Amino acid sequence: MSTPLLSARDVSKRFGGRVACRDVSFDLWPGEVLGIVGESGSGKTTLLNCLAGRLLPDGGSVTYETRSAGSVDVHRLSEARRRLLARTEWGFVNQDAREGLRMGVSAGANIGERLMAVGARHYGEIRGQAADWMGRVEIDVERLDDRPTTYSGGMRQRLQIARNLVSNPRLVFMDEPTGGLDVSVQARILDLLRGLVEGLHLSVVLVTHDLGVARLLTHRLMVMQGGTVVEQGLTDQVLDDPQHPYTQMLVASILPV
Amino acid sequence: MTSSQPALRVSGLAKSFTVHAQGGLSLPVLRGVALAVSPGECLALVGPSGAGKSTLLRSLYGNYRADSGSIRVRQDDVWTELVGAEPRTVLDVRHRTMGFVSQFLRVIPRVSAVDVVAEPLRRRGTDPAEARQRAEFLLAMLGIPARLWTLPPATFSGGEQQRVNIARSLIVDYPILLLDEPTASLDAANRDGVVELICQRRDAGAAIVGIFHDTEVRDAVATRVHEVLPPALLAGVSP
Repeated sequence: MSTPLLSARDVSKRFGGRVACRDVSFDLWPGEVLGIVGESGSGKTTLLNCLAGRLLPDGGSVTYETRSAGSVDVHRLSEARRRLLARTEWGFVNQDAREGLRMGVSAGANIGERLMAVGARHYGEIRGQAADWMGRVEIDVERLDDRPTTYSGGMRQRLQIARNLVSNPRLVFMDEPTGGLDVSVQARILDLLRGLVEGLHLSVVLVTHDLGVARLLTHRLMVMQGGTVVEQGLTDQVLDDPQHPYTQMLVASILPV
Repeated sequence: MTSSQPALRVSGLAKSFTVHAQGGLSLPVLRGVALAVSPGECLALVGPSGAGKSTLLRSLYGNYRADSGSIRVRQDDVWTELVGAEPRTVLDVRHRTMGFVSQFLRVIPRVSAVDVVAEPLRRRGTDPAEARQRAEFLLAMLGIPARLWTLPPATFSGGEQQRVNIARSLIVDYPILLLDEPTASLDAANRDGVVELICQRRDAGAAIVGIFHDTEVRDAVATRVHEVLPPALLAGVSP
């Protein structure tokens, strides 16, 4: 456990003349849940995409410690190897479940596809595991053969989570996993994610603008403003004793319930 | 456990708050705080309201970031420094060595009282059924009716939530315990149950630091007091 799972060093990305993120460095340790918070346009999602190999940074590096092949520079891998990594060791939960699911095939196929990508071939076993995961994310197994187009927003999000976790990843990237959902639906997904992350000992990089979500799910926080990390630390430290003017403003802006 | 060695040692601790919305106004709260607590001791923090007792307690837990000084805890027979420590070091100390009872329960939506209480034990790898059993035992001891155990504590009364909070923090036998007004919203009968639990922990060798406004409670649990000076009196204290 003395090696970080993911290391970012001076990661920077611009779009034209605009800086999206600048000189971001951190280490993510096994079992850690790191939250990236900040307002819209602060560069959170760009950073997440750079970390997950979906965007090529202009500068800096992202290193990942693989299960069996030692550490790799995520952006120097061939496209094929990076995809393999994304299928076998990583997950990516999008805010919009439609982007993370195949809407034209059944729920069972959505889950099963991930298993086949890591080598599963036995139909009965794949279906069994898909059904098991439907249960774990609290979707009625009767809906296994229905397409996600017939699902509610909350169910789609839970299906996307199942599709990502069925292949037993070590690192999951999440972009606003509860964004755009009703509060009651949100609570259910947060509770589900909490249990799964803890039970499966997952490492997570989670982007959210919701400090309540960050408080519930994360161990550590990085606060971004205008593309740079202005403050980082333990989640409860950052939220209860914010140091940077921007963090103080964010924390003071939370509506009391 | 070697009882002659302190479990927690603090020296030269300083903490101030800078309020940027007020033009960078700096509010010094703690300066030159020094204390040591050994296993089997319960140190009561005393001082007038606003003196910084809660700030000190939260700084010890790493919830507030100290400006300078040293907070060391004894873990695996070595001293671990918490001031300026990496988040994972602080988390490890919280996980294995230091528990904190805050005044208020931060509820988790949809999670039942018994699971809220059992969670710290489960996270340490205890069998879920055993963790649940221990949680039920503590809830019963603290007078939470069994019909409430399976409900999320969001709708509980203040006193019930506080007892759930205490049970959650005491379910693990932490060598160091920090208590912030553990009996604040409890009636006499429930207060006695909490006092009994704290005394048990103390006598079993826990090193305890707490804030107890109720003098009867303080007299029952504390073995020593530590006076926290209000910020206005700090001028004479060397940093």
